[in-house]
Amino acid sequence: MKKVLVLFAHPKFEKSRANLVLVNHIKDKEGVTFRDLYEEYPDFLIDVPFEKKLLEQHDVIIWHHPMYWYSCPPLLKQWIDMVLEFNWAYGPNGKALSSKICLNVITTGGSKELYCTQGINSYTITEFLRPFEQTANLCLMNYNKPFTVMGTYKLTDVELEVYGTQYSSLIDSLQQ
Amino acid sequence: MTGSILFDAIVFLLGAIICVSIAKRFGLSSVIGYLMAGVLIGPYVLGFIGEEGEDILHFAEFGVVVMLFLIGLEIEPKNFWNMRKTIAGMGGLQVAGTMVLSYFFFYLIGFEWKVALVTSMAVALSSTAIAMQTIKEKGLMETTFGNSAFSILLFQDIIVIFMLGAIPLLANTDKESTTTTHEAAGNLLDTLPMGYQTLAIILSVVLIIGAGQYLIVPMLRKVAQTGVRELLIASALLIVFSISFLMEYVGLSPALGAFLGGVVLSSSEYKHELESTLEPFKNLLLGLFFIAVGASINFVVIAKMPLTIGGILIAVILIKALVLFITGSVFKMKLDQKMLLTFSLAQIGEFAFVLLSFAFQLNILEQEQMDILLVITALTMSFTPIISIINERLILPRIGTKESIKRPMDHIAKSQNVILVGFGHFGSTVGRFLRSHGIEATILDQDSNRVDFLRKMGFEVYYGDATRIDLLESAGIAQAKILICAIDNPSITQEITKLVKEKYPHVELMIRAQNRYDAYELLNMGMENIYRESLDTSLSLAKDVLSKLGFRKYTLNQQVQNFIKYDESSLRRLAAEPKQGDNYIFKARKELEEQERLLNEDFKRGIVEYDNHWDSESIRKVLEDQQKDNPS
Repeated sequence: MKKVLVLFAHPKFEKSRANLVLVNHIKDKEGVTFRDLYEEYPDFLIDVPFEKKLLEQHDVIIWHHPMYWYSCPPLLKQWIDMVLEFNWAYGPNGKALSSKICLNVITTGGSKELYCTQGINSYTITEFLRPFEQTANLCLMNYNKPFTVMGTYKLTDVELEVYGTQYSSLIDSLQQ
Repeated sequence: MTGSILFDAIVFLLGAIICVSIAKRFGLSSVIGYLMAGVLIGPYVLGFIGEEGEDILHFAEFGVVVMLFLIGLEIEPKNFWNMRKTIAGMGGLQVAGTMVLSYFFFYLIGFEWKVALVTSMAVALSSTAIAMQTIKEKGLMETTFGNSAFSILLFQDIIVIFMLGAIPLLANTDKESTTTTHEAAGNLLDTLPMGYQTLAIILSVVLIIGAGQYLIVPMLRKVAQTGVRELLIASALLIVFSISFLMEYVGLSPALGAFLGGVVLSSSEYKHELESTLEPFKNLLLGLFFIAVGASINFVVIAKMPLTIGGILIAVILIKALVLFITGSVFKMKLDQKMLLTFSLAQIGEFAFVLLSFAFQLNILEQEQMDILLVITALTMSFTPIISIINERLILPRIGTKESIKRPMDHIAKSQNVILVGFGHFGSTVGRFLRSHGIEATILDQDSNRVDFLRKMGFEVYYGDATRIDLLESAGIAQAKILICAIDNPSITQEITKLVKEKYPHVELMIRAQNRYDAYELLNMGMENIYRESLDTSLSLAKDVLSKLGFRKYTLNQQVQNFIKYDESSLRRLAAEPKQGDNYIFKARKELEEQERLLNEDFKRGIVEYDNHWDSESIRKVLEDQQKDNPS
């Protein structure tokens, strides 16, 4: 069974209805290491050696975060900047992450219709996630397509539960 | 005049409370208040106390003993040793000069040579009680003047032993056989042959030092373990009583013994406990002493020969002042410091009562001479505080600090940009962090043990009292960018920061404050960078509590930062508000009111959300409302 590392970043987790449901579905699963980055590093002081060790011990890396201003929350960017070191994650000798699976799990307030050429946001989620995709590529990881929960403002509790179950089964399939 | 102790106590206390309050209201020293009270309740005005005045005086002298013990506590052996030249030099010059001049004066006005000699001895001694009380009250202990005055007084305490030894040699041999009352000779020294006397003196000093190290400190440790506070008070009194008893037994000055005892205990961990325990006793006993002096002024004698008394009074004060001024000049004191010294020690002290009555018992003095001299003594004691005020209000403002400052070059080798005062728990953390960034601050600390230890660890640490500007100057304050004040005593902190701000305004002051009230005072003194030791730590704890209760750490971090900002601004606002009376006696009450005020402000502020970013709930609500308004 492959081991899954969920790197969760949400500065206002206590106020996020959608993410609470999602996280509750996966955080205690077997073979899943759930890391709440804002709780681990409230002062942005990331323990780089420890994070690198975690990465080495896992086969699937999930960046789980809300989409805000078309990107990830600042702590996850900080994590990427600090942990994915030259000649470790990338560069001539940077093979530490090679052939691991990587993907984003995204929540957005706006619904799917808003994220297209005709929509208010002009581009699709896949396009907004290009920087993450390319980061994974440079680190020789296999970037999977994202799991998205969109239009969270309008989702009912029942609908959210469905997304939670889907998230859980996605992880099950990744563990195969 | 009634025999009831309770009634006497009421009279004394009431007199003190009324007169000292009045004196303080007019900005006068409390000594004057006590003296006034003494005159008022004494036999010549209200007549509440009469003959017992002298007994009270004897009892109240114990206040002087306690005071010397407390002064000793503040002087570490190292400092005491450093002062030896000042003590012998200034003290010797003052005593010798005053004795010579006053001997000739009294001889010329017709006293017999023996009488003139005894009188000159009495005149040479100043009042430790009055001078030290005034110096402490004005916070001048750490100035050149304070040091010099203290050195001279200490020398007098030592020399009085020899004076008491010399007086019997002057006794008229033919009369002595008829004298049966030989009270003061009841001590051990007089019964011993000469050689053994010296031995007894040395032995008792050794005994005090030995007992301090190997008896008193272990005893205090045991007492501290019991955790019963009044036992500590009992021990403190026991120490002082025992030393006084021992000293009186061998015929030394109890005050001197107490001072030595204090010095021995000054490096012990119980220094501050002893200080705070004995302080109230000292103040009350000293007050009693001053009242007794006031009450012992014999107005009948004054009325009988006002001109003689007045003449002698002026002459004595002039002689003493002249000699003190010369002493100050010889030791190159600055003019303003010299003037302070001149006027503060120009009185005849409490030792005169002892010396004169001893000489009287030995029939050296006649009743009339004795009466005159006692009145003169009491009057000089009452007048010098008044003269000091004239000096401070009228003379000093004209001459103050006009002389150029010339000081010897420092011995502190390397001057740094940062001076760190105080290297205790707080200061050392600051210092370590600076050091980890390659900033080696010049460290000043008062704890000689710590200084030695830190030096061994390779720190640049200097021992000394940072309220002394000359020490700060040798530490390179003139070139310094920043002075960090990390000591835990608010009044010393204020003293240092005030001094530096005044003389070296270019130096940035970073100040540790203990709490809000401390910070208020510093803010009102115009200080900017104030760090309350109680702020960050307590919020850090509160933050962790909330985290354990399930609050998110990142949010708490933001909230703590915001709370600090809010608290700092409210601190500055409240500091600027006028206080409801400067009633520091009821500090606890004031602090309670202040706390109430703060909690009220917090309540008005409510639970504050500082930011709404990432708050999907509120966005959802806005969107929902929008949908309700115009359903599409």
